[in-house]
This record gives sequence, C-alpha cells and structure tokens, in this order.
Amino acid sequence: MLHTINKSPLTNNVLYSCINYTKENDPILLYEDAVFVCQKGNKLEPIINNTLKKNPIYALKEDLDARGITNLVDGIKIINYSGFVDLVEQHKVMSWL
Amino acid sequence: MEDEIIQKKMMFIMRRAPHGSIYSYEGLEVVLITAAYDQDISMTFIDDGVFALKKDQNTDGIGIKGFMKTYFALDDYDVQKLYVSEESLSDRGLKRDDLIDINIQIMSQKEITNIMNEQDVLFPF
Repeated sequence: MLHTINKSPLTNNVLYSCINYTKENDPILLYEDAVFVCQKGNKLEPIINNTLKKNPIYALKEDLDARGITNLVDGIKIINYSGFVDLVEQHKVMSWL
Repeated sequence: MEDEIIQKKMMFIMRRAPHGSIYSYEGLEVVLITAAYDQDISMTFIDDGVFALKKDQNTDGIGIKGFMKTYFALDDYDVQKLYVSEESLSDRGLKRDDLIDINIQIMSQKEITNIMNEQDVLFPF
C-alpha cells in the first residue's frame, strides 16, 4: 500500500499516524507541505531515518522546488509528477489527509 | 440482463475529531449513503477520530446538531464492522466505558493495519 502525506508533519502528528499503520516496504510519498520534513536537520529527521530502514520515502520534486527545499535528509528519493502517477498505479492508496 | 452488484471492501478511516471540522460528520454521511449500495463497509476510528464515539456529547451550547445518535443507526444499515484503535484510545485517556454503547471492536494498530491491507478502497475522513 502507498501512503501519501500532504500536510506538514512539523505542525501535526500525521507522520506518526502514517508510520503506525504502515507495513514493511510500503512506500511513503510526501507532497505539498509534507515535503518540509525533508529539510536536513529538522526535528523529525531521526524518525525519517528510522522509517527509511523499512520503507522507501519519496518526495515530490515540484513541491520541493516550490519551497526551496534543496538540502534533503539522506535516503529520501525525489520523484516528479509522472513518478507519482506510477506509484499510484502500482499500489492501493491511503491518503493521510 | 440482470444487474450485477460489484461488491467492494471499503474502509472509512475516521481520523478527525467531531464538531471542530466537518470531516467526521461528512464521513458518517458518506458511510450511510454507501451502505445503500450493498458494499462491504467498515469504519475505523483512529487518532482524534475516536472522540466521535465519546459518550455524553451535548452540542446544544455550540449551536450545532450533534450526530452521535446516528452511530446507533449504523447497525440498521448493516454497517457492523466498527474498529477502534486501542492505542488512540489510551493516548487520549479513554476506555471502552467512555464510548457510546454500540458494537465496536477495539484493536491494536497492527491488527487494524492488517485489515486495512485487505481492503479494495480506503476513504480517509
């Protein structure tokens, strides 16, 4: 199952909720304001690092660019809209709105 | 030609508290509408969504019509799979006795995750 997050995990607990209901190897896609959690050095970086041991994490390039997030936590994969569509095509989706 | 009903496993994930936003109420409305189409429906209450099931809610003072009573009607609509996260309850200081008296199943996040993965579609509210 693909899990998507579009709100900033720095202002609510959505990342924790998502992780709590995620199975190993399930991809997590961050887009819109969720990409702020990709900024290197943010307080949730340890959570991201821990999650990356079991789950691939993707961030949407267009949303990173729009927000000037260029220095990313290591291990996060950058994808574009077409990559987003591929992921959605390959999985059932849970949107953590 | 006979009409064949395609039955899907649909889970409504209730994550928002009632009253502060329309999500919880709308989610319940959509469940009732969907129930008319003979689908395999379940509702899962996690995070602040569990507050929707809190007993003793009285919305008179905030000028909106409470919808808590509607939960008692779910059984009549054949919506019988109501799952509640054990962790979300305890995080909020709630126990089974704090919730309304309807037929719910309290489960761990892990059990809920497994059931989520058996679904055809998930509707987050």
